[in-house]
Amino acid sequence: MKPKRRFFHSYTSRLALLYALIFSASTLFLFLFFYRFTASYMTEQVDNTIDNEIQSLAERYDARGLEGMAALIAARVRRQQAQATGDWIYLLTTAAFQPLVGNLSQWPRNTATDAGRIEFDLLVNPESGERRLARARVFSLPGRYRLLVGRDVKQLTEAKRRIIQALTWGSAIMLVLAFAGGFVVSRRAVRKIERINQTARSIMSGDLSRRVPLTTDHDDFDQVAENLNRMLDRIQRLMEDIRRVSDNIAHDLRTPLARLRQHLEQARRDSDPRSAHHLESSIREADSLLSTFNALLRIARIEAGQMQSGFDFMDFAALVGDVTEFYEPLAEEKQQRLETTVEFGVQSRGDRDLIFQALANVIDNAIKYAPRQSVIRVSLIRLHAEAVITIADHGPGIPAPRRERVFRRFYRLDQSRSSTGNGLGLSLVQAVVSLHNGGIELEDNHPGLKVVIKLPLIAQPESNASAAATADLQQPGRRRRGVIRG
Amino acid sequence: MRILIVEDDAATAAYIKKGLLEAGHSADIATRGDDGLQMAGDENYQALVVDRMLPNMDGLSLIAALRKADNKTPALILSALGEVGERVEGLRAGGDDYLPKPFAFSELLARLEALTRRPAAAARQTTLRVGDLNMDLLAREVTRGGTPINLQPREFRLLEYLMRHSNQVVTRTMLLENVWDYRFDPQTNVIDVHISRLRGKIDKNFDAPLLNTVRGAGYILRETKA
Repeated sequence: MKPKRRFFHSYTSRLALLYALIFSASTLFLFLFFYRFTASYMTEQVDNTIDNEIQSLAERYDARGLEGMAALIAARVRRQQAQATGDWIYLLTTAAFQPLVGNLSQWPRNTATDAGRIEFDLLVNPESGERRLARARVFSLPGRYRLLVGRDVKQLTEAKRRIIQALTWGSAIMLVLAFAGGFVVSRRAVRKIERINQTARSIMSGDLSRRVPLTTDHDDFDQVAENLNRMLDRIQRLMEDIRRVSDNIAHDLRTPLARLRQHLEQARRDSDPRSAHHLESSIREADSLLSTFNALLRIARIEAGQMQSGFDFMDFAALVGDVTEFYEPLAEEKQQRLETTVEFGVQSRGDRDLIFQALANVIDNAIKYAPRQSVIRVSLIRLHAEAVITIADHGPGIPAPRRERVFRRFYRLDQSRSSTGNGLGLSLVQAVVSLHNGGIELEDNHPGLKVVIKLPLIAQPESNASAAATADLQQPGRRRRGVIRG
Repeated sequence: MRILIVEDDAATAAYIKKGLLEAGHSADIATRGDDGLQMAGDENYQALVVDRMLPNMDGLSLIAALRKADNKTPALILSALGEVGERVEGLRAGGDDYLPKPFAFSELLARLEALTRRPAAAARQTTLRVGDLNMDLLAREVTRGGTPINLQPREFRLLEYLMRHSNQVVTRTMLLENVWDYRFDPQTNVIDVHISRLRGKIDKNFDAPLLNTVRGAGYILRETKA
């Protein structure tokens, strides 16, 4: 559920990553092409210069023969050395590569040929061992003399190096920008999807009235959101229909059942003692049916949130004390001990009758299922602005995989349905807890069941707060926290 | 006593009337709200049974109109809407008791009898007495035949309610509402356990039992001739 993890797992971020990669690859290809093109153009320029020089040497050769050309080469080498500038390389040798004239000490080895031209390493500084690349053209002259004319291409090499450097930096910046851009774009998308997700989550937690907010972009996400909203409208309508139908069924069946009960009661009053027994059990059956319908209707009304009208300021300590006191004789009949620990001064707004009913249902279950002579612990504490009520017994408990299911209507652990009760008790508890925006958890009591009900405390009005404080002061003997009955 | 039933459902009205007649009371039926208001104003009834939803004028308006005219006849509201909010609304409009439909006739009868008895019982008494059972409300002491009986606070309240309504049937829901002050469905027979505990204290070791169970209805505290 962490946002970071979700970011790298989301489809849109993968898309952004792919986009950045393809963008980078194509730009790199473009850079490579640009480099190759520029480099070969520059090499061509060097070659042309060399060819021009060769042309002028050839003209001298034609006019004055080998000696004339050699003299020209010697003059050029001298001038270049005198000026200490220039990149020209000349070498004229015999057939046995014996140098005659030129500024190269020997015929180069380790040459590479490139379209009739050669490239070789030139030792420019024998002390430092600095070598530079040279590019040249070689000819065989009549008399098997050999001529090499070339240039030190340090400028070309330097230019190529600079271009590569520029392109490398450019690529690096471009990569960063591509990924950053992809991240930004995908985060926007993720955020939009997250909004849809959030709505879906709150809908799943029961608030079917929520809708995905639309933006003014009218983009694909908005279309998805619109379709989703339309779907939700439809689901909500269907669910309301179902609720209405089940409400109506319960209501419509209740009326004839009530009449049936009236007739049965009438019949019992009129009948002789022999049939009275049967009529009484019939009335009991009708009563149990009616109470099931009532419970169903009640849960439906609570879940519809129509019951907040019964909310009033209430004291949890008093309520927990009352409900345990009410059930104590029942526990005593089974020789169970109902141990109650309450923290005083836990107050909030709520429906005291409904909360009493919810606690009664849980405690009733605990007494029903816990073995004789066991201890049932009921406690109330305030924790993080919540009233936490715990009811722990040492009965058979509920196996972990089935804990979720017990809140379903008509769900019973005892599949034989032989035990008393209508299977709505815990559904009602959950409805009441939800109405108060609280939560209920079932835990293992090692052994047994531990029901933990958490109800958020709504801040109490000022006047009531001071009244509660004075009430406490007037009872110095009352401990802030104590055992009511043990 | 004479009771007016304002109820538009003929079957329910007839059922209530028949039951009341059998219990030795007399009853009239009005099927519309405005008719009911007129009859309640003209005649002298000891109690009214008013359905909440009625044609022409709803039950709450009927009671409110009666109270405005200074008519204090106790009224019991019948309603298919049994939830707390509606109950409070009904009592605020001037109703004296509220019974959700469907109901057992015994429950209705017990409540009607409690309603009509209320003024006498509400008088400021310092002692209550049923047979040889005595309750001192000031000292909070209970004796039977001179023998002191030790009661828990809730048992005391339970007995007090039963003594204030002695010689009349008190239902389990009436006890829940008035002794425990919670409106809920206890699912199990907890009330019976409370009663049997109280019975163990006030009737055990005495010849004539005072606290009796009325089958299908509730309990009654009365002096029986041994």
